[in-house]
Amino acid sequence: MERYYQPEIECASREQIKAWQDERLVKQVQHVWDNVPYYRKKMEEKGLTPADIKSSDDLYKLPFLTKDDLRQAYPYGLMGKPLKDCVRIQSTSGTTGKRVVAFYTQHDIDLWEDCCARAIMAAGGTDEDVCQVSYGYGLFTGGPGLNGGSHKVGCLTIPTSSGNTERQIMFIQDLSATILCCTPSYAAYIGETMKEMGLTPDQIPLKAGIFGAEAWSEEMRQDIQNTLGIKAYDIYGLTELSGPGVSFECSEQTGMHINEDHFIAEIIDPVTGEVLPEGAKGELVFTSITKEAFPLLRYRTRDICTLSRKPCSCGRTHVRMSKPMGRSDDMLIIRGVNVFPSQIEAVLLNAGYPANYQIIIDRVKSTDTLDVQVEMTPEMFTDNMGEIKKRQSELEAGLRSMLGISARVVLVAPKTITRSEGKAVRVIDKRKI
Amino acid sequence: MSLKQISIFVENKPGKLCDVTELLAKHGIDMRALSLAETTDFGIVRIIADDVFKATTVLKDEGFIHNVSSVLGVAIPDEPGGLHRVLEVLREAGINVEYMYAFLGGKRVDHAYMIFRVEDNKAAVAALRVKGIRCVDQDEIADL
Repeated sequence: MERYYQPEIECASREQIKAWQDERLVKQVQHVWDNVPYYRKKMEEKGLTPADIKSSDDLYKLPFLTKDDLRQAYPYGLMGKPLKDCVRIQSTSGTTGKRVVAFYTQHDIDLWEDCCARAIMAAGGTDEDVCQVSYGYGLFTGGPGLNGGSHKVGCLTIPTSSGNTERQIMFIQDLSATILCCTPSYAAYIGETMKEMGLTPDQIPLKAGIFGAEAWSEEMRQDIQNTLGIKAYDIYGLTELSGPGVSFECSEQTGMHINEDHFIAEIIDPVTGEVLPEGAKGELVFTSITKEAFPLLRYRTRDICTLSRKPCSCGRTHVRMSKPMGRSDDMLIIRGVNVFPSQIEAVLLNAGYPANYQIIIDRVKSTDTLDVQVEMTPEMFTDNMGEIKKRQSELEAGLRSMLGISARVVLVAPKTITRSEGKAVRVIDKRKI
Repeated sequence: MSLKQISIFVENKPGKLCDVTELLAKHGIDMRALSLAETTDFGIVRIIADDVFKATTVLKDEGFIHNVSSVLGVAIPDEPGGLHRVLEVLREAGINVEYMYAFLGGKRVDHAYMIFRVEDNKAAVAALRVKGIRCVDQDEIADL
């Protein structure tokens, strides 16, 4: 039996959803115009006033926001509420090392947690369940978002955060956790570890998993489902919009329902910015119509996917998005963390290394590995091994502090980094996703 | 009274060391001594060559990352306790050995040679000389 957290919203008629979107968009545009000079200026440059936006049909007129805008407006430039009304920030990495900082009022957090609660109930969760949240807690939205959603559903929540796999397994076993929330690669790792311990799926109490924050394939889903004996659900979100729960999968597992009462989704041509018809593949753009503290209009996610409004047999009426099929920029998601090659370059240059590098990403035993190959230079070379290794580990420490994940620095001989047509190939992603 | 050691950066991959030896062989460069320090990713090949200028020129031309540093070469009688006497002197003089390696001497079969990398070559040479231990120079190495 399909369960809903807010059935009257999740299964509302398309007309009702459109009516909510029309009303909320008009209100939101006025809110932004009145409180966010940065965006008001963008509107003025296009000759727009709030009066030009009469319904969601006028959405296409509004200017886009990009990660670059977030960087320029850092940290307070896109806030829609004074700081005294905000109660929280969450943060994610930005393109050039400047982090994205998103603000929340209590009301924003409340709505965000509702979205996560919908995802948990769509995965079959009830107040009888024990929900283990193994996403990182802290600046990363994964832990706090699912934690809040789990509370709203009434699950007994185990806030293990990520890491310490032995302890994760101990809690799953000893407290009979039924729902696991984490990145898919971590779920696969937990599964493999349990298998190595000799546990069969029927000895594992878990029944469902909610996995997101990174790309994963259907094959990976099957593997995780088989090893843990669960049904594995995808969840999608961005810190800029709130966090996980912008969209989530239902039992049909055929795309993620976007919470359209909070977010209007569009698919655009990443080159021209033109809105594409339903079903076309393009860049996903979101407008948050209920957020108070960080109200982003037409935010370009850079994720490439498709949308479908075909009725879903789960009963939900909200539009479904496909799994992202790629990016329209060079952002990489490694161990659930956003990484830009430009961040790595900044660390190298800062440490006096040449900007001649190559990033190699692989997935070893379900865990992403990040190697940064750097060409040795005559200036850096010495006959003293200790000194070279010291510099190498200093560079690794610099990368860790910039990226938030560890990277291995590999020193290579000059001119060994592959070049094509004179331009170095910066990223080699060997992961089979 | 010191020797020129050439250190070469090589990746720790099949055939990479061979590229270096091939180049030296092609140009008729004779190695007197060689040592290798390695990590899983890369290594440092340290050599004492008969013709330092020629060796560094061809390495540079072929794009090998390398550098030249001064090391001490010490002739040691090839008998029990030979090395120990040298190290005792360095210990008494408070001189730290960063690394060292050995080779047996060409024409003089009764001698071994040790290469020492120390911070202060002059201090080490002086301390050894007081104890009657002789350091070899580049000409002597080239002539072996």
